[in-house]
This record gives sequence, structure tokens and C-alpha cells, in this order.
Amino acid sequence: MHKLYIQDVTLRDGMHPIQHQYTKQQIKDIAIALDKAKVDAIEVAHGDGISGGSFNYGFGAHTDWDWLEGLAEVLTHAKLTTLLIPGIGTIDDLKKARDLGVTSVRVATHSTEADISAQHIEAARKMDMDVAGFLMMAHMNDPLNLAKQAKLMEAYGALCVYVTDSAGALLMDGVRDRIRAFKDILKPETEIGIHCHHNLSLGVANTIVAMNEGATRLDASLAGMGAGAGNCPLEVLIAVLNKMGAEHNSDLFQLMDIADDVIRPLQQRPVQVDRETLSLGYAGVYSSFLLHSERAAKKYGLDTRALLNELGNRKMVGGQEDMIIDVALDMANEK
Amino acid sequence: MSKTKVAIIGPGNIGTDLMIKVIRLSKHLEMSVMVGIDPESDGLARAKRMGYATTHEGIQGLISMPEWEGIKIIFDATSAKAHHYNWGFVEKYPDKRIIDLTPAAVGPFLVPPVNFDATHDVRNVNMVTCGGQATIPMVAAVNRVAKVHYGEIVASISSKSAGPGTRANIDEFTETTAHAIEKVGGADKGKAIIILNPAEPPVIMRDTVFTLSEQGDRAAITESIHKMVVEVQKYVPGYTLHQEVQFDDIPEDKPVFIEGLGNRHGLKTTILLQVEGAGHYLPAYAGNLDIMTSAALSTADKFAENSLKIENA
Repeated sequence: MHKLYIQDVTLRDGMHPIQHQYTKQQIKDIAIALDKAKVDAIEVAHGDGISGGSFNYGFGAHTDWDWLEGLAEVLTHAKLTTLLIPGIGTIDDLKKARDLGVTSVRVATHSTEADISAQHIEAARKMDMDVAGFLMMAHMNDPLNLAKQAKLMEAYGALCVYVTDSAGALLMDGVRDRIRAFKDILKPETEIGIHCHHNLSLGVANTIVAMNEGATRLDASLAGMGAGAGNCPLEVLIAVLNKMGAEHNSDLFQLMDIADDVIRPLQQRPVQVDRETLSLGYAGVYSSFLLHSERAAKKYGLDTRALLNELGNRKMVGGQEDMIIDVALDMANEK
Repeated sequence: MSKTKVAIIGPGNIGTDLMIKVIRLSKHLEMSVMVGIDPESDGLARAKRMGYATTHEGIQGLISMPEWEGIKIIFDATSAKAHHYNWGFVEKYPDKRIIDLTPAAVGPFLVPPVNFDATHDVRNVNMVTCGGQATIPMVAAVNRVAKVHYGEIVASISSKSAGPGTRANIDEFTETTAHAIEKVGGADKGKAIIILNPAEPPVIMRDTVFTLSEQGDRAAITESIHKMVVEVQKYVPGYTLHQEVQFDDIPEDKPVFIEGLGNRHGLKTTILLQVEGAGHYLPAYAGNLDIMTSAALSTADKFAENSLKIENA
């Protein structure tokens, strides 16, 4: 079995709660602190992946290239990684990231659309990068069919495939069944990863379930800094792994300190399970919709929960932030 | 009055839908030959059943047919790579022109209600992408009232309507569309996003256009958009504004940071569109495919009409 590989997403998924507004200095300071605490990989990008900056998802304070610049040189342990969503970012973007020292990438698609990642996964392999497939909104596909999508990504060259619970909607059985289906169908040397959101307060529990079923790459973020109610909180995960006696590289106390002293004060909107973020998990809605939905609900005089529910009913997938305004207008017009 | 004879290369979904549109809707075109490379293809069999000449020997097969001499317009519904090959042959025949529905973009981009006049004598025109055909008229509609600095489009299509060609080359969509938002739409900077939604029943194509322009008369912008919608509806009846045009002020002290442009302020315009297909050969939800074939047909019809005018002059 592979040793556990802890990937931090504070500087990518964690972009969402602050509307992609990290300064270059904040990115650098946090990355150095994470590296010192020996997480294995640090993901840096706009919340919606490289080139995500847009009206639809929010413009970043900087370009991805500005955020990434100079990071590879200061990391001593952790891999510098990024995320690419085909349909938003391109292979040219990936080349730019590679030239800035990024050595690992996750190529993300909706849980039924793996075949749009072939070009990007193959390109990443040709660039000698570590590449993983990232099957988002995993709750919207059943275990067997999700595993078949993972198999496609493996065939394109992915060295690892993730069950990505973007809506934080999976229960523990749902995670277990999906990881087992992956195990049954993927080559033994292909790693399995897990990426959770904490909307139903299951971020840590689901990550541990996945690990117990054989997932070796675990995603987490400091103080859960991520979309919706956040990701699996990194410092909590490490504490649990320590108590379980699981082998990993990270230092608990250092992570606790960065989480509380550096990250929490940055959260303008608290990253926590509350009425709105719980509704994301409950309705099965892409966690990144949170702030966009809160804004649209305010602008058009709606209840955020009702809007999120309606987005869930209409089976919106990740990336369709534009439809939040559309659905809000429909609801406002019906009133 | 004689009609202009056309050939279609690529008997897939797009080519077949185009054939049916030529037969049913066109005023000035006459379907002549369907061209493929697979003798077993359904599309070739369908064309043959409907009484049209076919070849499974590609562009060279077409050139050796007796129909070739009479054909004046060729639709290319193959792939970018195949288009380069096909154009290499067609280019040698100065009386013939090609309408390219692939992302090859050998010739200039053409979006009928925006820049037909600028390209009417060009022998190879490119139809951009489905998302481009749906959204660039809107970028241009804003731009003719208030200078557009930045144009961004989000195309959401049903998974079922995204064929293997689109799936294998999704970067071609984002890059080509972004480029055409600048070239044809008039934005200083373009960005395109495409999302596939697998919901059942399949979702109808949706397109959202965001522009950041200089401040302008909102009523005039809205009117320009409505007028442009009517222009597109002439060849895509299912093209509609799904909501009223939305405006937001981006004030100078709270600008947005746009890659390639820097900090920008002005007027944000949001246009929410729906594109329902005519349901000829393709299902109605596949508005993305319909708008491509409809734009190509409209272009060819205008080419044919113009050459008639010249003949009669």
C-alpha cells in the first residue's frame, strides 16, 4: 500500500470563501508554513482552477501565474500542484503552470464527463507531471458508473483518481461504496484519492472511511478553508490520523497554529456548517455556489435556502454559476 | 431561376441535419452530394435513400464525380485536421467556396448577423463554434452602443449533444470562441467557458454573455440586444432571451482585475439566452448543433443569393 499523501487545498478551494482575493504574500507565507509542517502537496490556483478568473466565478486579486510565481523555489518538502477544469482552463494554461514549477495537476470533470479530460491528462503526462483525475459531484453518479469514469481517466494516463464530493452530499456508505468500486476496477498501482466538503459535518469521517477502504491521497485544508462549509479540516484530520496510528508526514501543532492564527482571521464569511452551507449538502449543490447564491438571494429578495434547493432540483452541475442568477430571476418573477 | 448546388463533407449528425435544412428550408440551394469516408456510415445510407449522390472516398471521390463541376458551395462538417486536407483540394477551384464548420479556422470567422458583409467574397469562411454563434451577436450588440472591453460567455449544453469531436478537443472550443469574441464581437479581450450537463431529460442549450463595457445608455443597449435577437431568430427561431437584460455598475473604486487588461471598471451587462433547436434531424435540446447548421445554411443561402444578383446584373 502507498503511504498516505496529504494534499492541502487551502490555497485553491480556500479561494472560494474569500472570493479569490489572497494576496501574493499571503499565498507565499501560507505555502511556506504548510511546507514546514510537511504536508505532501500544496495546490494553488483560482478556486475554479487555472484561468478560472471570470465574471462567472469571480475575478481573482491576481492571475494564477502571479500567485504561483516563486513558490516552487521556496518549497522544500511539498509538491507544488494545481487544478485544471477542462472547459475553463486549457493545456496552454497547464504549460504556463508547469513553467512556473508546478509538478502535479488534477484534471477535474463532472462525475459523468471524464472523456473531456483525455487531452489534458495526456498532455500532463507528456510534460512529465504527476496527474490525477478529479471526478466532481461524485454523489450524482452511482458507484459502478463513477468507477467506469475513473477507469477512463486511468486509461488516459491518470496516476490517481479522486472521489470528489463537491456538494458535501455523500454519506459514509456512499463514500465507502464508491471507493470500493474504484478498487474493484482500477489497476492496483493506480492510487485513489478523496476530496470532501464538510456541509453535512462529515468531512473528516468520510475521509477516514475512504482511507480505510484504500484511498491514499487525502485532501484537506487549514480550518477547512474551502467552498461551502469548507473541506475536511486539515488539522483535525491529522489529529485523527495520529490517534489511529496512521503513517503520514505532517506536524499537528504547526498546522493547528496556522489554522487558528493565520487562516481563521481571513474568513470574512465564517466557513462553518450553518443554515446555508448545510443546505448545500442537503440539496446536493456544488459548494462553490454558496457566495454567489447568497448575493443573488439578497439582490432579488429570496431565501438563500430556497434558491439552493431549486438549483438542486434543476440538477445544476459545477461551473454553472451563471444559472444562479437565472434561477433567482425565475423565482423572483414567480413571486 | 437556377439554384446553387452544394455538397456536404461529413455525414455525421451535423452533416445530416444540414442536408435536411438545405432540402427543407433553403431558398437558393440544391442538395447534390453527401461525402463521407466510411461506406458503412448511416449518414451516407440516409442521403442515398433520400435520392442524393454519395461518395465514401472523401474529397477526392467528390472531385472525380460528374456532379463536381456544378457544385459551387461545399460545407465541411468533418474535423479541423480533415478540413486542412479538404481545403487543399477545393482551393484549386476558383469557382467554389467552402463553409467550414470545424474549428480549423483557416478562413476568417463568420457570424451571419455581425460580419457577413465583411466576408461575402472570401472563399473559405469559418463558423467559429456553437457557443460563438450563440453569443457573439450579443457581444456585438452591446459593442455597437458602448465599447466592450471584455466579453465572457458561458455555454451550457446537454451531455448528449456533445459529440466525440467536441469532447476530444474541448480546448478548441474555449480558445476559438474566445478569439472570435475579440475578432468578431469587438471585445478587447474574450473568454469562453463550456459546461456539459448530463441531466435527464436533456437540458436545452443555455448561453450566458457577460460584457464589461464603458458606461452607456442602458435602454439603448437593451434595445440593441433585442434587435440583434430578432436578427438571429430569422435563421434560428428558437433563439430567445430567457430573462430581461441585467445591468450592474462596476465602480471605479471597486474595479475588477481582468487578466490581460488589468483593473477595469464600467458597465457589466448580463444576457441570459436559450437556444432551442428546430428539431429537424437533431433533437430540440441540441440548440448548440442547430445554431451551427442554421448559421452555415444562412451563410450559404446569402452567398447563393448574391451570386444570383451578380448573374442577373
